[in-house]
Amino acid sequence: MPVLSQKVTLQQRIIRLASLAETLKFGRLLGRQARPGDVFTLTGDLGAGKTTLTQAIGQGLEVPGSCYITSPTFSLLHEYPGRLSLYHMDLYRLAGEEEMEELGFEDYIYGDGLTVIEWPDRLGGLMPEDRLDIELSIVSETARKVILMAYGSITLDHFLL
Amino acid sequence: MIILAIESSCDETAAAVLEDDQKLLSNVINSQIDIHGKYGGVVPELASRKHLENIYPVVLEAMNQADVSLDKVDGLAVTQGPGLIGCLLVGLSFAKALSLVKKIPYVGVDHMAGHLLSVFLTDTKPNFPFVALIASGGHSSIFLARDPTSFQLMGRTRDDAAGEAFDKVGKLLDLAYPGGPVISKLAATGNPSAIAFPRAWLNPDSLDFSFSGLKTSVANYVNQKRQHSKDLQVEDICASFQEAVVDVLVEKTIRAARRAEVDNVVLGGGVAANPRLRELISKRTAEEGFTVFMPPPQFCTDNAAMIGLAGYHLFQAGLDTLATDMDAYSRSLFFEISAVEAIGESNSKSYNI
Repeated sequence: MPVLSQKVTLQQRIIRLASLAETLKFGRLLGRQARPGDVFTLTGDLGAGKTTLTQAIGQGLEVPGSCYITSPTFSLLHEYPGRLSLYHMDLYRLAGEEEMEELGFEDYIYGDGLTVIEWPDRLGGLMPEDRLDIELSIVSETARKVILMAYGSITLDHFLL
Repeated sequence: MIILAIESSCDETAAAVLEDDQKLLSNVINSQIDIHGKYGGVVPELASRKHLENIYPVVLEAMNQADVSLDKVDGLAVTQGPGLIGCLLVGLSFAKALSLVKKIPYVGVDHMAGHLLSVFLTDTKPNFPFVALIASGGHSSIFLARDPTSFQLMGRTRDDAAGEAFDKVGKLLDLAYPGGPVISKLAATGNPSAIAFPRAWLNPDSLDFSFSGLKTSVANYVNQKRQHSKDLQVEDICASFQEAVVDVLVEKTIRAARRAEVDNVVLGGGVAANPRLRELISKRTAEEGFTVFMPPPQFCTDNAAMIGLAGYHLFQAGLDTLATDMDAYSRSLFFEISAVEAIGESNSKSYNI
């Protein structure tokens, strides 16, 4: 019988966010509960609210309001100060894991801050074992569906979910 | 003085040679010389290693085109930030090494200062002070430029940059990348008032931008049409979207110019190459009694000539060094300054580069 790695414990939950206000509340909760070294991956179509959710996570992390959390699509990585440092990456423009290594992004993922990664498929084999996957989809103009998957040492309970 | 300038903050590796602030002797960008021709320019060349591969041939090409040798170079100007540290370090370390070996003094230049001064690479130059709109894939900011080394941030984007909004709308319309030039081309034959996309004015005093809601609004519109299997009037969508972006960029810039009580308005950054933006800002500044200055498209996008020009003024201010301990910085310094603004210490502080 194959032995499954103890690491790959998986919890899954689906949440409906009926409004922008609920999305913001959800993001703030994630930010408040985040611990040093946590990694969130964020997927969803354009306009699904990835940047908006990250802004709310930033609020939960106590990133100063004057530090606007803006899209990192062009610059790949933005760093923000807070209760924990927030590393916000958008890997869309990367070709693959080789470039991840060249840019030294692993140092952030295994650092002491919270790393939020958009377009995590670019991570390939560098996908961390301990992480929370957050998949956003559009239900209506303001309502969103969220599929959460917690891997490894990250549990949904910790996020009161 | 002869300045060798190096830029490697994001995608482009670039080098230029200038004589004072008057004469551009060469201006080379990696995409212009065929280092990666085999990829057809499709592969994004943004990793630090690509800069490492590019930097020597690009600098050499700039020196050759200018017909100067290193012995003739009086100063080095290199982008110090903001940008990806790994990328910045390639240019900065290269400049430091040259400085160390050849005893050539160097200055670290802020990338935004380069964009703010790029208009001076042309024949018609504005007088200080002026208000500048710098809009690109990574930035959408309004600055007050008091002199060639002091700039004050007046407004910035709260989410997406203007150029990024173009690229993302291009993507959701399945247009070629980058979306900016394609959208502006399609928009030329579309009706800009066909669809009433929202303009984010924010609060009346704010000179900040927000383009994320507009992008989402276009996404919703496109999704609804597709769900009902209706044909997309792509030209109308492009024209209406472009108008919504350009409208806000122009009006906030005019508002800033009025508030700062300046006569001159300047554009910079890749989006400044957009024909509709150039048209509307020309019209509106003329109506409001301002004079507008726009660099030609090749100086709007990232280049080293603008870094050399900004560097020249730092040399004039005596800010050059031979020490090798200069660090690259990832976050905009203007960002830090406006943090002061937000806690109410002053309306917004100026920052001397």
